[in-house]
Amino acid sequence: MEGHGLAVALTFFTAAFIAGLLIFLTSVLGPKRLTPVKALPFECGMEPSGPARVAFPVKFYLLAVLFLVFDVEVVFFYPWAVLFDKLALFGLLEMMVFTAILAVGLLYAWKEGALEWR
Amino acid sequence: MYLDVIITLLKIAIVFGFVLNVAAILSWAERKQSAVMQDRIGANRADVLGFRIFGLFHPIADTIKMLTKEDWVPPAGDAFVHTLAPFLALFTALVVFAVIPFGDTLHIAGRDIPLQIADLNVGILFIVAFGGLGFYSVVLAGWSSENKYSLLGSIRAAAQLISYELALGLSIVGIVMAYGSIELDDIARGQGQYVLGVIPYWGIVAQPLGFILFFTAAMAETKRVPFDLPESESEIIGYFTEYSGMKFGAFWMGEFIEVISVAGVVTALYFGGWQIPFLSNQGVFIPGLFTIPLPHLLVVLLQVSAFGLKVLFFCWFMLLVRWTLPRFRYDQLMAFGWKFMVPLALVNIAVTGLIKYVF
Repeated sequence: MEGHGLAVALTFFTAAFIAGLLIFLTSVLGPKRLTPVKALPFECGMEPSGPARVAFPVKFYLLAVLFLVFDVEVVFFYPWAVLFDKLALFGLLEMMVFTAILAVGLLYAWKEGALEWR
Repeated sequence: MYLDVIITLLKIAIVFGFVLNVAAILSWAERKQSAVMQDRIGANRADVLGFRIFGLFHPIADTIKMLTKEDWVPPAGDAFVHTLAPFLALFTALVVFAVIPFGDTLHIAGRDIPLQIADLNVGILFIVAFGGLGFYSVVLAGWSSENKYSLLGSIRAAAQLISYELALGLSIVGIVMAYGSIELDDIARGQGQYVLGVIPYWGIVAQPLGFILFFTAAMAETKRVPFDLPESESEIIGYFTEYSGMKFGAFWMGEFIEVISVAGVVTALYFGGWQIPFLSNQGVFIPGLFTIPLPHLLVVLLQVSAFGLKVLFFCWFMLLVRWTLPRFRYDQLMAFGWKFMVPLALVNIAVTGLIKYVF
C-alpha cells in the first residue's frame, strides 16, 4: 500500500510539474502590453455596466442542493455493489428499498418542478 | 526501493508521454475529421523546410504560438485564482491516468511489474473524485475573470457537470456489481473470462445499458458537442472568455486529455481493458481445441498495443460524435440528465441486481 501512495504522489508531482511549467512559460514568454481598452472585460466591445459578479437565478442553487443530496446517496451504492455476492438476498432487498426511496425523492423533486427550466 | 521509484517514474513517463502526444495529435485529428466530414481540406499549411506531412506540424505551431502570446490577467479579477483555474484543469485531467491499467502484470528479471501507475484499491472512486475536481477549474475560471458572460457561462457549466456527474456515478455501479470490485485491474482481469465458453465477458456484454449511460454522461463531463454549452464556441459565452496564451491552451489541452481519459476508462471498464479475446498468458487459444504458445513479452506487448488501439478508437469515435450531432438546448440538456439518465441508471442498477441474484 505504501508503494501505491508513493506512486500517486509521483503522479501528482509530475502532473503538477507539467501544468505548472506550461503556465509559467506562457507568463514569461509572452509580451506585456496593457492598454486601457485591453483592460476592459471582453463583452462584445460594449463598455461593461455595473459589477461583473451579477445575481444569477436561484435555480442553480436548488440544483446544487439536489445534486448534493443524490450524490451522497450514490456513494452508498459502491460498498454495496462490491459486496453484492456476499450480502445475497438481504442485500438485494435492502438496496431495492433504498433505491425506491431515492426514486421517490427524485419523483418528488420532479413533481415540485425542481427539474423544470424556464 | 530506488528501483521501485525508477520503475514508477518510467511508467509515468510512458503514460504521460502517450497522453500528451495523443492530445496534441487529437487537436490535429479533430480539424482533419471535421474537414473530411464537411468536405474541406483542413489544416495543412504549417510546414518545416517545405514539408507539410498532412499538417501534422500544426499542433507544434499551435503550442509555440500559445506560449508566446500575451498572458493577459484581468486587472479587476483575481490574479491567483485566474492562474489556478487552468492549472487545475490540466492537473485533474492528467492525474486520472494514475489508476488506469494499460497492461497485465509484466514478469521481467524476476520482478512482477503491474502495468498501472498506482494499483489503488479505490480505483473507480479516484477517477470519479478527480474527474469531479475538474469542476473547480470551471467555476474558478468564471468567477475570477471579472466578466459577466464568464460568470454566467461557468455557472451553466457547473450545473451541467454536477447533473451528469450523478448519472456517471450511478452508471458505474452496475459494472462494480458485475465484477465485484472497484479496482480497475481486477475489472480488467475479470473481463478475461468467457460466457458460454466463447463470448468474451467484457463490460459491454455484462452492462450494455450501463455502457451507453456511462459513455453519454462521460461525454457530457468532457464538455464537448453535443454537450458543449459551457463552451459554445460559436457564441463564445464560455468560462474561458478572459483567457489568453497557454492558460487558454491549458483548458483546451485539458479537454483533449479528458477525451483520452474517457476513452481509457471506457476501454478499461467496458471493452476488456488490455484483454484480447482468445489471447492469454499461455498464448493464443481456441476454447477446447488447441493452444499456440507465445512468449510472455510478446503477449504483454500485444496487450498493451491492444489497449492503446482501443483508446485511440474511442477518441476517434468521440470526434465523430462531436462533428455529427448538433448542440442541445439548455433545458433539454438538464431534462435529459435528470429525467432520463438518472432514472434509467437506477433501473439499470435494479435490473443488474435482480439478474445477478437469479443467476
